[in-house]
Amino acid sequence: MSSGHTAADGAASDLASAYDTGEALTALVRRSNTLVFCGSGGVGKTTTAAVATMHAARMGLSAVVVTIDPARRLAQALGVTELGDLPRLIDPHLWDPDGERAPGGSLAAVMLDAKSTFDNLVQKYSAGPEQAERIIDNRFYSNISSALSGTQEYMAMEKLYELHEEGEYDLVVVDTPPSRNALEFLDAPNRLTRFLEGRAFRVLTAPARGGMRVINRAARLFLRTVSRVLGSEVLEDVVEFFAAFEGMYEGFHERASRVRELLSSEQTAFVLVASPRRDAIEEAEYFAEELAAMSLPVAAAVVNRLHPRFHTSLAEATRLRAEGLARDSDDTGDGATAVARLSDLYANLASFQEVAFREEAQLERLRKLIGDAPLARVPFLGDDVHDFATLRLLEDNLFPQEPT
Amino acid sequence: MLREVMDLPSLLDSRVCIVSGKGGVGKTTVSAALALGCAAAGRRVLLVDVEGKGGLSALFGASPLGYETTTLAPGVDGRVVTPDEALLEFLADHNLTWLSKRLQSMNLIDVVASAAPGIKDILVLGKVKQIERSGAYDLIIVDAPAAGHTLTFLGSAQGLLEAVRVGPVLTQAREVNELLTDPARCKVVLVTLPEETPVNETSETADALVDMGIQIAAVVVNGWYPGGPSVTVEDVTRDAASAGIVVPEVEAESLVEAANFRAMRHELQLHQLGRLEDLLALPFIVLPFLFTAALGREELDVLAAECASQAATLEGAA
Repeated sequence: MSSGHTAADGAASDLASAYDTGEALTALVRRSNTLVFCGSGGVGKTTTAAVATMHAARMGLSAVVVTIDPARRLAQALGVTELGDLPRLIDPHLWDPDGERAPGGSLAAVMLDAKSTFDNLVQKYSAGPEQAERIIDNRFYSNISSALSGTQEYMAMEKLYELHEEGEYDLVVVDTPPSRNALEFLDAPNRLTRFLEGRAFRVLTAPARGGMRVINRAARLFLRTVSRVLGSEVLEDVVEFFAAFEGMYEGFHERASRVRELLSSEQTAFVLVASPRRDAIEEAEYFAEELAAMSLPVAAAVVNRLHPRFHTSLAEATRLRAEGLARDSDDTGDGATAVARLSDLYANLASFQEVAFREEAQLERLRKLIGDAPLARVPFLGDDVHDFATLRLLEDNLFPQEPT
Repeated sequence: MLREVMDLPSLLDSRVCIVSGKGGVGKTTVSAALALGCAAAGRRVLLVDVEGKGGLSALFGASPLGYETTTLAPGVDGRVVTPDEALLEFLADHNLTWLSKRLQSMNLIDVVASAAPGIKDILVLGKVKQIERSGAYDLIIVDAPAAGHTLTFLGSAQGLLEAVRVGPVLTQAREVNELLTDPARCKVVLVTLPEETPVNETSETADALVDMGIQIAAVVVNGWYPGGPSVTVEDVTRDAASAGIVVPEVEAESLVEAANFRAMRHELQLHQLGRLEDLLALPFIVLPFLFTAALGREELDVLAAECASQAATLEGAA
């Protein structure tokens, strides 16, 4: 931390670097048309995405946030308690009560409905309403569109692309779902088209195309066994689905590659969100590596819920002081209770200094990972965020502005 | 009739205990602490990792767990049960090894998994059920999948019962459902933090589990801050003067900031714990926030002892 400097020096330089970071993040929001927030669950990803979108709106941009699984009270604040297809505008009085926003600023939000986004996609690429209906009514399709791992991620990207293409928004922000297989969402369009085009497709559609007679014995045995294990109805659904999907692969594939193009564009920025815990930082490291492997740089990182920092002596010294005082307070005397109280305060400070030290070590790992990209530190600010007042407070911490 | 004392094994009195909670709440740590606590009371415990991420074995200072059983501590074994391996074993048990090769070579596992969602979870829980049936352990603690997957994971059996009408998968789903809904064989421990969103989600999860007929053994509230008074710089200066100690001003400010942060966190947590206790009439265990640098065996022992001593203060039905 600030060894070799006075406490005041340390505080002043921290403040200066916080302003630099805030400026860099504001610039990032201004120059991007797409922001993707990545991070493990429980680190404040949804909230951070909402704050960044609100900040953009206050800067005069028309901004929309696609949110996936917000905590109920945050969803209520954003007015998106139900899944939807169309973003809903949020009353400016809520996020800009003092009318300070730059002209043109607007804030909208939508809670992703993966199934209906997928349905729309099917309707768009089907030859006609009849084909679309055959697919949408299929039980296997309804499993894929609601339960296949990666579908939600895929549809988040699809929604992102759709909103971007419509051109109504200057900035589209997406908060990605907590995904065990971290970057599934980026590969999601490819994964799904691969899945639809693969050998599975050929084996399974063979009966529908040419009847059971023409497929080879091995495939027939395979199908029979699968239906013995899972039941024939399940298999029939699958076969029907693949048959119905015929002719749509090209459209899906092309769409997926355009989504991918948008994600790799210069105006798309990826922001890592983490808490200063080891597991969250490890998840962030994983995200950063996967992004790097796809030549997608990390544009910024945000670490939420930091414990306070202290510009005094090291934890070890504080701990020794606490222990010394504890021994003194054992000798009965007039000052005993006062000494005991001070000993407790020193011991408590030492504990938080240790936590701060440990968090700094985690931040250092993140810092190395993201190079020159801005790293924002957001302190623990009390209770969870559930209204615009707290979102504004977070905004002040995420995008601090030097008083002029 | 109420009994005065309870111990950890009688709190976790089912043969399978599924530890669940959102990512970041310390589910793996709690699983390990509960295992150690029950082993200390003489139980043979198996810890099951369903993700194979390695966090569990690292806590014990052991190398990553595999599909084979390893000893992690006296009385505590550990192993991984992942869907892919459970599937191979399931097919082998049904004389279908050739099918598993074909499924893999054609990348069809995803097709099968989507045709019957939940099949992967069923395979994992089916394997747990098989271990339970073998009687090799008094208690099997399952570190359940993270994130919002708890209900999907535990609901997979009931979902499959509706989707699949015949065959060995149906049998498996039925048996898993029997295991999950029999409190003598299986209970859930919910792990959470004393914060607003985790409290809300835990209460919703608990309600959903009750609807599914799955019993909850206890709620473990993790990351509990110690309490302490709020103070001002004047308080510190007065105490320093009366004790005849010099406390520099900057240091006094840090002492005050740290004390007030502790008091603020504690107050928020008290409020949230109170809400959770109002929402759920279940036994609670509250584990301290650990200020120490890294979690290892020593910290696990502290938490295990804490679990045991709190279980002893709970009143249970005899």
